Amino acid sequence: MTELPLIGEAAAIAANPRLAGATIGVVTFPGTLDDRDAARAVRLAGATPVELWHADTTLRDVDAVVIPGGFSYGDYLRAGAIARFAPLMSKIIDAANSEAKLPVLGICNGFQILTESHLLPGSMIKNDHLKFMCRDQVLRVENNATAWTGDYAVGQEITVPLKNQDGQYIADEKTLDALEAEGRVVFRYVGFNPNGSRRDIAGISNAAGNVVGLMPHPEHAVEAGFGPELGSGTEGLGFFTSVLNKIVGDNK
Amino acid sequence: MPRIVVDVMPKPEILDPQGKAIVGALPRLGFTAFSSVRQGKRFELTVDGEVTEEILAQARNAAETLLSNPVIEDVVNVEVVEA
Repeated sequence: MTELPLIGEAAAIAANPRLAGATIGVVTFPGTLDDRDAARAVRLAGATPVELWHADTTLRDVDAVVIPGGFSYGDYLRAGAIARFAPLMSKIIDAANSEAKLPVLGICNGFQILTESHLLPGSMIKNDHLKFMCRDQVLRVENNATAWTGDYAVGQEITVPLKNQDGQYIADEKTLDALEAEGRVVFRYVGFNPNGSRRDIAGISNAAGNVVGLMPHPEHAVEAGFGPELGSGTEGLGFFTSVLNKIVGDNK
Repeated sequence: MPRIVVDVMPKPEILDPQGKAIVGALPRLGFTAFSSVRQGKRFELTVDGEVTEEILAQARNAAETLLSNPVIEDVVNVEVVEA
């Protein structure tokens, strides 16, 4: 991936060779929009982003994978429904379920792809108000034991952008109760539920905590001066530093 | 050429935001007889040649795995329509 010039005051962690050796794959499907921003967030966090193409049949030995937002395959059929059957997705599903428990983060359309892949329960339907919505959204971190949230405190509130039309998280009551009981609700909307999601759920994890999906966009809040005005503007960077600390910790 | 028609509907317990928007628009055009609308999807799968039991089974399988998401939708009908 080409070297991106850093604009603004980069919040990058000072070059740490242990982190720089870590690679995070960023998946691009036809119609993906936010892969460049996700790759940039990976670099700002101190790791090396690796481009992964949906038709690839290898994960190129990456230490973690980000499935970014956008409109893969034009959202045809259902958001994420066709991407789920891309050759690369079967590799990601196997690696996420393997003993190595590859950390996987699905953002927005990536979250929709993870539910369609059955890596995460439930589904997203159209926002209850039917409109596309773009705003800075406050989230509360409910679980910091996942691979992607270790650098946050439980109860910490962060502000990151949210932008979607099919963002209403739904699941049956039994599934919702199980998610709550197992601490798998990772993020909740604070102050305003932007899409009618059940129980204000913004993001969830799998049972092992290596797979996390959320509708809002942490990768758009990683660089001072370019993120939300509320808060530091870089409150999404913790996702990427969390997974790096997890990877480096695991490799000790 | 025979076609296999697959109809998919949102599950009854799931609020259908699109159906809700349509039912709101109907009375504005004078269609006042309808109290609720639910919007589903119809797929037409064309088959070259005869529709065997095996092909119909494939269509049912495709309907459950790709054409619908069992978390939010039900396959309500799979039938053969001769051209």
